[in-house]
Order: sequence, then C-alpha cells, then structure tokens
Amino acid sequence: MTELPRSYAERDAVARSFDLFGFLSRYGTLIALVLLVAFNLAFTRNFATMQTLNVNLTQVCTIVIVAVGMTLVIATGGIDLSVGSLMAISGALAPMIFMGKILPIGSIHLAVAAAMTVSVSVAGLLGLFNGWLVARFRIQPIVATLVLFIAGRGIAQVMTNGNLQTFRVPEFQWIGLARPLDIPTQVIIMAVIVAAAAWALKRTLFGRRILAVGGNEKASELAGIAVSKVKIAVYGISGLCAGLAGLIVIAINSSSDANLVGLGMELDAIAAVAVGGTLLSGGKATIVGSLLGALTIQLVRYTLLANGVPDAAALVVKAGIIALAVWLQQQHRG
Amino acid sequence: MNRARLVRIIGTYGVLIALAALILFGFLRYDRFLSFYNVMSLLRYNSMFALVALGMCFVIMTGGIDLSVGSVAALGSVASALASPYGIVPGLAAGIGAGLAAGLINATLVTRANLMPFIATLATMQAASGSALLLAGNQTVSVSYESGFTAIGQGNFWTFPIPAAIAVVAYLIGSLVLNYTGTGRAVLAIGGGEDASRLMGLRTDRVKFLVYVASGGLAGLAGVILASQFGAGQPIEGVGWELFAIAAVVVGGTLLTGGSGSVVTTLAGVLLLGILFNVLNFENGMGWISLSAYWQSVIRGLFLLVVVLLQARLTRRRLNAL
Repeated sequence: MTELPRSYAERDAVARSFDLFGFLSRYGTLIALVLLVAFNLAFTRNFATMQTLNVNLTQVCTIVIVAVGMTLVIATGGIDLSVGSLMAISGALAPMIFMGKILPIGSIHLAVAAAMTVSVSVAGLLGLFNGWLVARFRIQPIVATLVLFIAGRGIAQVMTNGNLQTFRVPEFQWIGLARPLDIPTQVIIMAVIVAAAAWALKRTLFGRRILAVGGNEKASELAGIAVSKVKIAVYGISGLCAGLAGLIVIAINSSSDANLVGLGMELDAIAAVAVGGTLLSGGKATIVGSLLGALTIQLVRYTLLANGVPDAAALVVKAGIIALAVWLQQQHRG
Repeated sequence: MNRARLVRIIGTYGVLIALAALILFGFLRYDRFLSFYNVMSLLRYNSMFALVALGMCFVIMTGGIDLSVGSVAALGSVASALASPYGIVPGLAAGIGAGLAAGLINATLVTRANLMPFIATLATMQAASGSALLLAGNQTVSVSYESGFTAIGQGNFWTFPIPAAIAVVAYLIGSLVLNYTGTGRAVLAIGGGEDASRLMGLRTDRVKFLVYVASGGLAGLAGVILASQFGAGQPIEGVGWELFAIAAVVVGGTLLTGGSGSVVTTLAGVLLLGILFNVLNFENGMGWISLSAYWQSVIRGLFLLVVVLLQARLTRRRLNAL
C-alpha cells in the first residue's frame, strides 16, 4: 500500500530538485574543491603557502598519473586492478638497471636512460597483456587484471628477493626531487600527461573511439571501429602511466620496496576517477574530472590531518565522500 | 550433443578434478602431505578465507561484488579482540556484529542509494579500515587468553579444528540455502537478469540486501577466527583478501557476471589455492628447488590465468553448442 504514494512523492521531489542535482553533478567536484580551499584559507594555519601547495601536489601526482590511464580504461567500460603491481614491477626493475645489477653500464646517464625506458616499457607491455586478455579472450576486465594484480607484485618481490633497494642517484632522482622553475618535476609531468590525455580524449579520433566502445561496443564494432585494438591500447597506456608513477615513487623515497610501492593504488585511482564524474560503466569520461577528483580526495585528507583529525578517521570521511559524490552524480542521471 | 555435455561436465567439475589431481600429486610426491598434522593445519588456516569466499560467492552470483571483506575482517578481529576478556560469546558477537554492521551499510548503499556495488563496497572498505585503526588505537590488540576465546581459532572439536568445523557448517547452510530455498533461486535469478526478476515479482532489493549483510557477517566471523587463531586483533590484516576471495570464486567456476555458481566448487577453489601454497612449501622441503615465499603469488596468479583462459574457451564452446 505504500508503493503508490511513495513513488509520487519521489517523482515530486525529483521534479523540484532536478536542477539542483543536475548542477551539483556537473560542477559538484569543482564546488567541493573550492569550498575546501575556502575552508582551509579560513581555518587552517599556514595554508596559503607554497609549501602546502607543494606537499599536496607532490602527494597527489602519482595518483593523478595512474588515474589518467584508469580513466581511459574505464571509458571503454573496463577496469584495471593491476596498476599498483605494475608500479611495483617498474619500481623494482629501474634500480636494478641503473645500479648495474643486471648489466654493468659504464655511463650513469646511459644507465638511467636505459632504466627508465626499460621499466616503463615493461609496465606498458604488461598493460598490453591485460588488454590482450580482455580483447582476445573476452575475459571480464576485473578478472583479467586480477591476474597481474596477484602475480605482478609477486614478480617484483621475486626479482628483488623482497629486499629493499636503496640508492642515492641524483641523475635518476630528478624525476621526483628536482624543481625546475621552483615547480616539482613530477607536477610538470602530471600536468603534461593530464593535458595530453584530455586533448586526446576530446579532440582525436582515438578518443572518440574509446568513448564509442564504452558507450556501445556492438554498435562500435558494426560501425567499423577495431574494438580490440582500442581496448588493447588503453590497457597499454594504463600500464605506461603506472610504470611512470612507480619511478616517481621510488625517486621520492630514494628506495624501492617491492612490498609497498603502489600498494592500494588501484583503489585510490578508481576512487579519483569515480569522484571526478566518469561513468564506471563506460561511454562518458573526463580526464580533468579525474584530476579534480584526486585533488578533492587529497585535500579532504590534508584538511582533516592539518586540523588534528587522526589519519584513520580521515579514511572514514574519505569513504563517505566517495559514496556521496557518486550518489550525487547518479541522481542527475536517474 | 555428447561433446557439449562433456564440455559442460568439465566446466562444472573441472575445479574438483584439478583439486583431486593436485592432492594425488602431493600424496605421491611428499611423505607427510596427507599426514594428519598437515591436513588439519591446512584446514585451520584456510577456514578464514573459506568463510570470506562463501559470502563473496553469493554476492557475485547476484551480479555484484564485495570489495570490503578484507578490511571488514580486520575490523571484526579488532572488535572481537576487544570483547574477548568477557568470554567466547561476547567475542563472537562483537566480531560478527561489526561485520553485520558493515554489511548493512553495503546493503543500504547498493539497494537504497543504488550505488554500483564496486564503488559502494570500495567506500565501505576504506571506512572499515579506518574504523578498525581507530578502535585499535593504531596497533594490534592482544586477545585474552583466560576467557577461553582462543578456543575458536586454536581449539579442536574432538580432533577436528573448530574454525574448519565452523566453515563446514557455514558451507552446508550456504549450499542448502542456494539449492533448496526460494531465496537461493532468487539469488541466481537476479544475477541472470535483474530487471526480468523484478518484473516477475521477485523482491530483488530484499534478496540483494540479505546477500550483502550475509557477506559482511561472514567476513566478521572470519575476523573473529583471525583474532582467536593468532592471538591478536589486527587492524591492518586482510589487505587483498577480497581479491583472493574473488580469485577463489572464479577458480571455483562461478562467472563474475552472476546468474550461475556453486557453493561447493567455491570451497574447492579456496582449497586449491591453499594447497598450491602448501605444495610449494613441501617442494622447498625436498631440496630440489628453492623458491621463496614470494613465488606463491606468482604461481597463484599464473594458476588464475590458466583457469580464466580455460573458462573463456569453455563458455564460448558452450555458447556455440547451444
């Protein structure tokens, strides 16, 4: 007996608040970010300093880089759980190369160049492998990338025998420590990647195809899009992004621990993408949204920590924000 | 027709055949593989994963997923460790209660707020992990050894490990529910097609609600066993359990798209992944090869790959055969 009145009430409520929800879902993340900054300017001591900006940006940029690749994968209707493990592999491989454990290379510059190229490429190749499983065998993305999620960290641990690799190699560590024009290098890298991916998704044929595949795979196939190639490519890109993020993490830490590099990164990146407004079912994606999503989550955490809330409680709040953000976006669509 | 039937049998019982083959391999190759001690400690240790995988299996059969089980188990272990001085029952109640509460949140987010299960349980995962750390004050919480609480994880029922007995009972109930009750059939119907099920008059939201609450409760129970077996509530344990449980369910032949699945083969999937590790230890003990513990995840991953590839082939053939 409650069925009918409730549905009327619901319809009424939707009709009245539709614009509000629509507005919130489109600009919600941005509004949240602005509110957070305003709150911090008013209440957090020493917030408006370069140091605060740098701390937050350096902490968030590996998440953003991984989230860019994740956004592309999710745009095709997939998901990539293996990114954290791929970070561990690239983070384990690079020091082994530039410290000459695999092959003694005379010049340190040459060794670093080789280390960066090889480790990022390996992560990219493993990403292609994910894409191959998804496209060729039609395995569900969660399961296909679960394989490397489990095996990948194991591979990194086996390569290093689980040992911590420490190093002090400025020729390599500029990627995480140098500051040209007083901006941390990794922030520049992040900005470049975000700009390139946002442009590619909006303005190139490849970007259109990604969204088409995510929106309706069958129709895309019938329209002549090489669906398999698009899918393999996005997983490859996600692998490359993860490999690069792995290098930045070990450069900042001056050490590489295969047990820890990238641990839990897949979930942080997915959360950033979801909060940013990309549809998890594919077909609609925004790179800038993922950037804003990552920044919001980071700033929430920073705000709480800076105001004396323990890290554990910040986790709970972060969870609430993820759920709320995705719920708000759904109201608009539903 | 005959060939199609053969394929179906392999698809359904493949994991059992693989399990039998692996056990036979271990029995022939290692002296103490089927020794009483080895079998019992294997069952004792894997009972936690079995409970978590059982809940996951039901969630996946409805077409959902529960990423929160690992951190909910950690939360359950902390809650039960804190309650352990008051005895077995309060310890159990606290752990299971914490799990049910987390399951309730998942269920509400999925059925009332209509969030995608992936996102809803991802949020709960972080919230449960944070709550566990807060409750525990960022450290492990020792359990009381006087109140008898440790019997849940360390004790024996005659000679059979109590946690394994709990898991067996849970699987029996799970199997009965799935195969002989309306709820069980509704679980499969929802996974097969949610809209169609709703139009047919099934109370889809209520069934989904139940499934997430049950998964939370089972994860909480796994947490109780964790605390009791290792003598401490561990707020940072349980990382990656959810993906291990998903792997066990997949190895057990349940499709992640929902709509089909089996409780018994899920248990076989858990045992298969557990025994793989056990075999690796024995192989190291033989001295022919020496593989570090880190190989276990590599081998598990490869194993999952083989299973998934086989499944992909089988399902395609099955579709072709129809």
